[in-house]
Amino acid sequence: MKKLVTTAAALALTAGMASAEGKLVIYHWFEYIPQDLLDKFAEEHDVEVVMDTYDSNEALLASLKAGAIGTYDVAVPGDYMVQIMAGEGLLDTIEEGELANKGNIQPEWADPSFDPGRAHSIPYQWGSTSFAVNRDDFDGPIDSTDILFNPPAALSGKINMLDSQGEVMAMAALHMGIPQCSTDREQLKALNAMLQEAKQHWASFNSDTAKEVLVSGDASVGQIYDGFAAKARQEGANIEYAFPKQGYIVWMDNVVLLKDAPNRENALKFMDFLLEPENIAAVTNYARYVAGVDGVGPFLDPELAKQPESNPPADAGKGVFIEVCDQQTQEVYDQIWTNLKK
Amino acid sequence: MAGGAATGGSSTSDTYAEARTWLLLPAWVTLGILVLAPVAIMLVYSFLTKEFRGGVIWEFSLGAYDQFFCNRGLFGDEPCSIEWTYIQIFWRSIWQAGAATLLSLAIGFPTAYFIATRPPRQRTLWVFLVTIPYWVNLLIRTVSMKFLLRDEGPLNDFLTGTGLLSEPLAIVNTNFAVQLGLFYSYLPFMVLPIYAAVERYNFALSEAASDLYAPRWTVLRRILLPSVKPGIVAGCILVFVPSLGSFLAPDLLGGARNFMIGSLIEEQFKGNAGNWPFGAAASMILLTMVLIILLIFARQQAKAEG
Amino acid sequence: MAKGKYDLRVYPGFRAITLLCLVILYSPLIVVMVYSFNASPSITNWEGLSLRWYADVFTGPESAKFKSAARNSFVIALIAATVATTIATLSATAILRGGKFRLRTLSFGLISLPLMVPEIVTAVATLIFFNAIGFDRGLLTILLAHIAFCIPFAYLPISARMQGIEATYEQAAMDLYATRRQAFTRVLLPLMAPGIVSGFILAFIVSLDDFIITNFVKGAGVETLPTAIFGAVKQGIKPNIMAISTMLLGVSVVMVTLSWLISRKDRKT
Repeated sequence: MKKLVTTAAALALTAGMASAEGKLVIYHWFEYIPQDLLDKFAEEHDVEVVMDTYDSNEALLASLKAGAIGTYDVAVPGDYMVQIMAGEGLLDTIEEGELANKGNIQPEWADPSFDPGRAHSIPYQWGSTSFAVNRDDFDGPIDSTDILFNPPAALSGKINMLDSQGEVMAMAALHMGIPQCSTDREQLKALNAMLQEAKQHWASFNSDTAKEVLVSGDASVGQIYDGFAAKARQEGANIEYAFPKQGYIVWMDNVVLLKDAPNRENALKFMDFLLEPENIAAVTNYARYVAGVDGVGPFLDPELAKQPESNPPADAGKGVFIEVCDQQTQEVYDQIWTNLKK
Repeated sequence: MAGGAATGGSSTSDTYAEARTWLLLPAWVTLGILVLAPVAIMLVYSFLTKEFRGGVIWEFSLGAYDQFFCNRGLFGDEPCSIEWTYIQIFWRSIWQAGAATLLSLAIGFPTAYFIATRPPRQRTLWVFLVTIPYWVNLLIRTVSMKFLLRDEGPLNDFLTGTGLLSEPLAIVNTNFAVQLGLFYSYLPFMVLPIYAAVERYNFALSEAASDLYAPRWTVLRRILLPSVKPGIVAGCILVFVPSLGSFLAPDLLGGARNFMIGSLIEEQFKGNAGNWPFGAAASMILLTMVLIILLIFARQQAKAEG
Repeated sequence: MAKGKYDLRVYPGFRAITLLCLVILYSPLIVVMVYSFNASPSITNWEGLSLRWYADVFTGPESAKFKSAARNSFVIALIAATVATTIATLSATAILRGGKFRLRTLSFGLISLPLMVPEIVTAVATLIFFNAIGFDRGLLTILLAHIAFCIPFAYLPISARMQGIEATYEQAAMDLYATRRQAFTRVLLPLMAPGIVSGFILAFIVSLDDFIITNFVKGAGVETLPTAIFGAVKQGIKPNIMAISTMLLGVSVVMVTLSWLISRKDRKT
């Protein structure tokens, strides 16, 4: 038996050490980058690509803070999370001249409020979060957040919300017309009460299966990202993505350089790789969102330009980013979220 | 269970008494470092100050326990009144786990009894049949259950297709779905100990009672059940304890609408909340609860054995 | 036994409940097995028999991930089960053949502790522990955690077997001038073999199956089969997952059958 243990231990060690050189460790959302593209990068730069996935910005932060920092090279947080991660000291700075393709970033995304001067990140994809409605189940107007928070009887009990505090709270703030990081006690109490009321109409909280529940028909309404809605439609769901008049959430995911990245060189190569129009267009074609890089046009699937999820109607509300609240305000919102899910 | 004692101790000896310290050392070292030390550190963490967005600050604080037991209003500035939120979450978990345990008992006892009264050669085959599904990954079992129960899944297709029902049964995303999932996850833990107990039961006792004109169900209630009670209690504990902390079934089958203890704790480390001391405190409270239940069980067992 | 007016051992309805129990236990699995052979990429429509999802598991875009996950799972399960079985065998010898001593009950309690503590608590405690001592998470942290919770699973069948072996065998050997070590390795261990094998198999499967603890202590890019499956399954059940599940079911059935055959053969001798 002793022999068996030593053999097995040796086996495990070699399995772990087989790939110490030329590696890139990506921490990414699930179903958000085509495997072909990763293979292409691996081949061009002779690098072994390892990818691990997370399912929410908060899960990414939690995992990095729980000790995973120093094991990944790059991650793909959303806008507000870039700001939080920078504040937590989890990001490395990209020095001037380290990225050859930095000039490819579209001017409007070159100096965003969440990462001034793009010190830590490059754009990945951007899009919106709103909700989609199954048109077989409901044919009334869907241009209001009432569909989520005060739905008609036909949709009550058939609604899936994202299991994500930030997205639910921001949408609720839009619905009530209050600031996202309100400190007004009356507004916060009203928000708490409104969510308690609305919950009675909700069937489930699912982020990962947000698309699946719409395709399978388990839910008639789902809070969802625009690209996910487009994919659900492609997979045969008769759904329509809504642009409510109260407004909707806009987000941008960004590739960030993590602090203590074990393969910093390869991480920068990967960022440069994703700033090439042809490559990032492949992501857009796959994920059905929008890139933040100049010159992607010729590489895009022509269908994309026409897809309703990317083209808000004229009477749509304003798109807003999720805001970062200070600790004291955040604690009140955490309390409201716990009240909602208790 | 009482197995060792029942065989009259012929199987225990002191052949290796001199070496026992060395024989036990690996277990103590491994479990000491990997189970006892972590629980001790978790206890320490539950008394530390939380770091915003995950992690701890090494400063003593009762904040985590205060949050658990004290309601200070939405804005945290009111005087302490009893906080029902987490008690409610614990109570719901206890209730769900309890319902799943009862469901397991209702189906598990007759099954175990039936198997134990088969001819000996058949018994292992029956036990084998009951345990095989348990060896399929828990996730896959839970997900298959969901797949089967969906509004448009095979079960509802069958029920509506054969005209048994006009409308599909809405089971997914209900409490019942969670109970069913928990029941499905841990049923063999109920069947096996009861089976072992019934197998050892001396049916001459039943016969004697019957000869004294006790009806069949009275024999079951007054003679058989008390004799196999340790097996039933062991089965109930083995189903109840893991159900209490589970979060897969509530998450996948219950639609994550309501926190159970498991998801509440997970959320502190992997999700939105990022409050480590609170997660550690909630884990400690859960652990204490389970240990108390086990202690009561152990004392009763000891009493029963005299 | 069955004298008198009716068979005392038989209660009406119990057979029906047992059959119902088996139906509940097997129907989800059968559904998954059947749908793993579905030609359609959708899980809701049936489009005829096909092995394409089995091919997909080995050659599809995710095959590399599943292969490395499977390798990790098997290596971890093999080492964890081996170490846990060794520790459990030694402990069982001390507890059942070491006479009466003060730490006996406490040792037994410690060994069964991982069974009694809810998994989520063990997971949290282990995560905090590795975090507090600054231990980088990876394959090794998973392995260590698995060794700990496999010990009681290995211990149960081993101690059950040892209780069934009369101490007189070893005493007889020692009366014939065998040393204590020889009595252990030449007499007790061979007699113990079936129990040790069942313990090993039980520990192996438990390790192979674990999700909650692994998910908390796994490191960057390290997946085991359950975490890889979880990552895929959370986005919805796909046919390739059903194919993997069916194959895993096959592995489990083979292993349990093996252990059953060993124990049955042993019973005859």
